[in-house]
Amino acid sequence: MVKIEAVIQPSKLDNAREALKNVGIDGLTVSEVRGHGRQKGHKEVYRGREYNVDLLHKLKLEMVVPDARQDEVIRALVEAVRTGAIGDGKIFVSHVEEAIRIRDDSRGESAL
Amino acid sequence: MPNRVFAGLFLLSSSFLAQAPQGNGADLRALQAAVAASQSAGDNAWMLVSSALVLMMTGPGLALFYCGLVRKKNVLGTMMQSFAMMAVITLLWAVCGYSLVFGTGNPFIGDLRYLFLRGVGAAPNPIYAPTIPHQTFMIYQLMFAIITPALIAGAFAERVRFRAMMVFSILWALFVYFPVAHMVWGNGGFLNAFLGGKCPVFDFAGGTVVHITSGFSALVTALYIGKRTGYPHDKIVPHNLVLSFIGACLLWVGWFGFNAGSALAASALATSAFVATHFAAAAGAVAWMAAERIRNGKASALGAISGSVAGLATVTQGSGFVQPFSAVLIGLVAGAVCFLMVSVVKEKLRYDDSLDAFGVHGIGGVVGCLLTGVFATRLVNSGLKLANGQPAALGWIDGNPVQVLHQLAGAALGIAFAVAGTLAALKITDLLTPVRMDEREEATGMDLSLHGEEGYNFEG
Repeated sequence: MVKIEAVIQPSKLDNAREALKNVGIDGLTVSEVRGHGRQKGHKEVYRGREYNVDLLHKLKLEMVVPDARQDEVIRALVEAVRTGAIGDGKIFVSHVEEAIRIRDDSRGESAL
Repeated sequence: MPNRVFAGLFLLSSSFLAQAPQGNGADLRALQAAVAASQSAGDNAWMLVSSALVLMMTGPGLALFYCGLVRKKNVLGTMMQSFAMMAVITLLWAVCGYSLVFGTGNPFIGDLRYLFLRGVGAAPNPIYAPTIPHQTFMIYQLMFAIITPALIAGAFAERVRFRAMMVFSILWALFVYFPVAHMVWGNGGFLNAFLGGKCPVFDFAGGTVVHITSGFSALVTALYIGKRTGYPHDKIVPHNLVLSFIGACLLWVGWFGFNAGSALAASALATSAFVATHFAAAAGAVAWMAAERIRNGKASALGAISGSVAGLATVTQGSGFVQPFSAVLIGLVAGAVCFLMVSVVKEKLRYDDSLDAFGVHGIGGVVGCLLTGVFATRLVNSGLKLANGQPAALGWIDGNPVQVLHQLAGAALGIAFAVAGTLAALKITDLLTPVRMDEREEATGMDLSLHGEEGYNFEG
């Protein structure tokens, strides 16, 4: 099993979910996160005082999928959220040792 | 439908005529008494509504406006600063505040004739407001005493202990608000143009009494307690401008009670003040937005609401003396000048007037005080009579340029009381209990360290 973590533009959530649904991925965790990569922040002005905001709002999508499905899922995700501009985000993949479904204690890929 | 209404009116008026007196003296007096009673009823209704409107300016108006501008760890502490004034100043007012302002006393402070509100009842006080119960006048004036120290809190936001703020506010009311309010509005007050003041100043609704005193006291406080930890380097930004937005709109509406209510009657003068107030708020918002657009490229929501508050604060002093387009001009000047103070001058001087109580209320107050001397006219307010009974010339445009100097003297006296009284109140408070939060309390935030609670508990 692999865990796919995708940090994406918040406005692309619906595209991503639809693409994941189309390739049959049902389990998904979404969190609001802040961060930055190469994308520069923006400027905010409050009563003349300027602030540079470097940490930008992003969404982090996490899903664990069987090894065999890794490439297919990543391809669908990338196509769904890419705009081609700086700030589109990143995807990280890592190995997962075990998955447990709490309800019935089933293990491994059948727990996904 | 209209026909039925007309028919109803006709029936009403004919039945009234049928009861009307037939010209003998006693009946005429009865009619006059009935007319006076209905005028009193109308005036009293408007003044009770105005009193409620002015209270609404403090809570929720100012509380929301200020709490949205601070960080979320200080949201309750900031709201409490406003709300606590509604409680504490009310009691102080009942015990001695009203008497010290409106008891005749000497030109600088009232006497104790109304201590514990003795003799303040249903009968009108003919000196101040002959058509409404004395108690209505008393409760209306209380609402001004509440909002003034609450305004100062904008300068010491996010770093002053609650207990210290309570002590400071009581001392401040005694040292600054009560004397200045007496001088401007009290019978025989030194600056009271209408009741025998030596230096006649026109202050319709408290430009000097409320905005100059609170604004300059705010500056003194900000300098005395120092900057917030991390200011100006750290990112300290408003945590919820939506709350500020609602607060500013409540302030705008409440200000009709503040200014139009200061006519102390449901009169044409109240209407005139209402119009001037609204026009200045609108002009202030337009001027601030335009200035921002020129300087930063964008007109902001915070700028728009700040501009309207600047217009309102600035027109307060002249609201019952100026014509509608004078009010527009006052609002435009207010928006532009206060914008420059807040976003250019404050940046240069680097004092931490956190929520700009000085930049908006202090500067707006002085500008409004002087412009009242320019634009006040007997066409609007004929309350000041010459010996021959004709209305006296008021401001420069009435041909009385020396009024501008009187206004300047009034502003200067207000500033002097504010600076000296605030310093004294801060020193005494610091002897009794530390004014400033310690570093850890400040880092934790007022809500947890002063009140033991949090404003936002979304996990619940």
